[in-house]
Amino acid sequence: MSAALAFEDVGFSYGAAPLVSGLDLAIEERTIVGILGPNGAGKTTLVRLASAALAPSSGRITLLGDDLSSLPSKERARRVAVVPQETHAVFEFTVEEIVRMGRAPHLGFLGIERPRDVEIAREAMDRCEVAHLSERSLRALSGGERQRVILARALAQEPRVLLLDEPTAFLDLKHRVAVYALLERLHRERGLTVVIVSHDINLAARHCDRLALLRAGRIAVDGTPGDVLRPEPIRAVYEVDVDIGTDPSSGRPFVIPRGSTT
Amino acid sequence: MTGWRKPGALAVVVLLSLAAVALAASVGPSELGLRELIAALAGEGDANRRTILIDVRLARALLAGLVGAALSAAGCAYQAVLRNPLADPYILGISGGAALGAVAFDAVAPRAFLEATTGRPAAALAGALCTLVVLFGLTRFRGRTETTALLLTGVVLNAFDSAVIQFFVSTGDPARFQGTLSYLMGAMTSPSWSVLATLAVLCGIGLGALAAQARTLNLLAVGDEEAAQLGVNVERSTWVAVVAASVVTAAAVAFTGIVGFVGLIVPHAMRRLFGPDHRLLVPASAFAGAAMVVLADAAARTLLAPSELPVGVVTAMIGGPFFLVLLMRRLRES
Repeated sequence: MSAALAFEDVGFSYGAAPLVSGLDLAIEERTIVGILGPNGAGKTTLVRLASAALAPSSGRITLLGDDLSSLPSKERARRVAVVPQETHAVFEFTVEEIVRMGRAPHLGFLGIERPRDVEIAREAMDRCEVAHLSERSLRALSGGERQRVILARALAQEPRVLLLDEPTAFLDLKHRVAVYALLERLHRERGLTVVIVSHDINLAARHCDRLALLRAGRIAVDGTPGDVLRPEPIRAVYEVDVDIGTDPSSGRPFVIPRGSTT
Repeated sequence: MTGWRKPGALAVVVLLSLAAVALAASVGPSELGLRELIAALAGEGDANRRTILIDVRLARALLAGLVGAALSAAGCAYQAVLRNPLADPYILGISGGAALGAVAFDAVAPRAFLEATTGRPAAALAGALCTLVVLFGLTRFRGRTETTALLLTGVVLNAFDSAVIQFFVSTGDPARFQGTLSYLMGAMTSPSWSVLATLAVLCGIGLGALAAQARTLNLLAVGDEEAAQLGVNVERSTWVAVVAASVVTAAAVAFTGIVGFVGLIVPHAMRRLFGPDHRLLVPASAFAGAAMVVLADAAARTLLAPSELPVGVVTAMIGGPFFLVLLMRRLRES
């Protein structure tokens, strides 16, 4: 069985500084994986490598069995969608226009939208609760609304793999829960593979099948939330002492930081 | 979305541009108006009148229209790929590079080739493309283009180009550079039909490429990285867009010189009316730009008749203050 997304001994440096080195990670299809780690561990670099926004300086990345660097960009965009941390819009595109851009990789040479494309975009807007904003300019929205719009655009892409970089950073509590519930449902109903880069250990622990902790550009700890979320590995990666409790609603481990060791 | 409002507005813009051409062909020193123009187009009236109305006035209005369409559509394309609404073929220095190419052609081309209609646009295109390479090499950082870097580079390129043009003019054969001074401010004349045909073909190719790229321009206008994630081959699409924009800019500059700010004003106004979707914005800007330059040229040749202003004087007098207001707003925003 081929992995949805696999990093094989991947390295990437910016100037002289290696941001990612010797990264090995295979993500099976139809799983929800959380990538955790401190600031500067290489989480965002990993997302950008996986979406071919950056090319690895060494090693190989495969997407659903094919070498990422040899996939035509349209085909790649039909397989993997990305929700970046932040979006800046210079021009006043409306929410509906932005979400419909998600259909771009499915359109033919002339880029003419069929009714089905419009329908899929509408449905994605409904799912992300942004349909009521459809005529508004993306620039006029709050950070959280904007993030849901970009998520809707990613869903309109109908990808098999969805990469999210800090998807809940700007969201209030209600929408945080809603976004994760939506991701779980898409995973269950459509077999979507979801890779979430996050700072929120506890939300990731509750919803992910597997967690990978990144430190200094490589995987430090990898396994089920139960394996990974123990005081020793967390101390090694984050340099803080923690207590582990149990999340009453999911029975998963729950991390409570004690304070810095330094 | 109110389905027919925007296509309806586009139809109005198209009609306005046709009306502008008709108006421009109906005014001039000889008292011949719209009625005579229609008669002349139907093949009636005497040959002299027909010459004035069709070969002199109408040809000039069509030249102005093509130039306006070219510069405005080019402005849309540069603005999209640079994600900067202040980008314009003149401000970026593309027009200046094209003018330098054309003047260099005047300076060195063998006399027999000076009157040919293909040499000047080819030389102008070479100048525009060189400018493009320098501009992108210097200013295009990943993601967003810094406004200050972009404008500064444009200023320096324009200064450099006009210095080299001055050099050619000062050292060259004066007979070859009689019209150069007014050329640098946009010199509309009544073109021969072969000039008009060459310009029309080049504009057809360039504008056609931009129209076909309209959806991709939307994605590029959002961001390079996001466009790539949505399946756009960013490198290739960006080059197709800026080369197409430079082809039409060079063609316009080759025959009429530097007409500034059109590519700034028109897309800005059309974005207000149609929004940023390039599938409407590019055609709307092309027609509105045609109308603007046709009217500006009609004003340039009638306001101070019998003397004529270069059309670039008119567009710069409107465009300069307009640019400053936009720049002020943008600097305040950031």
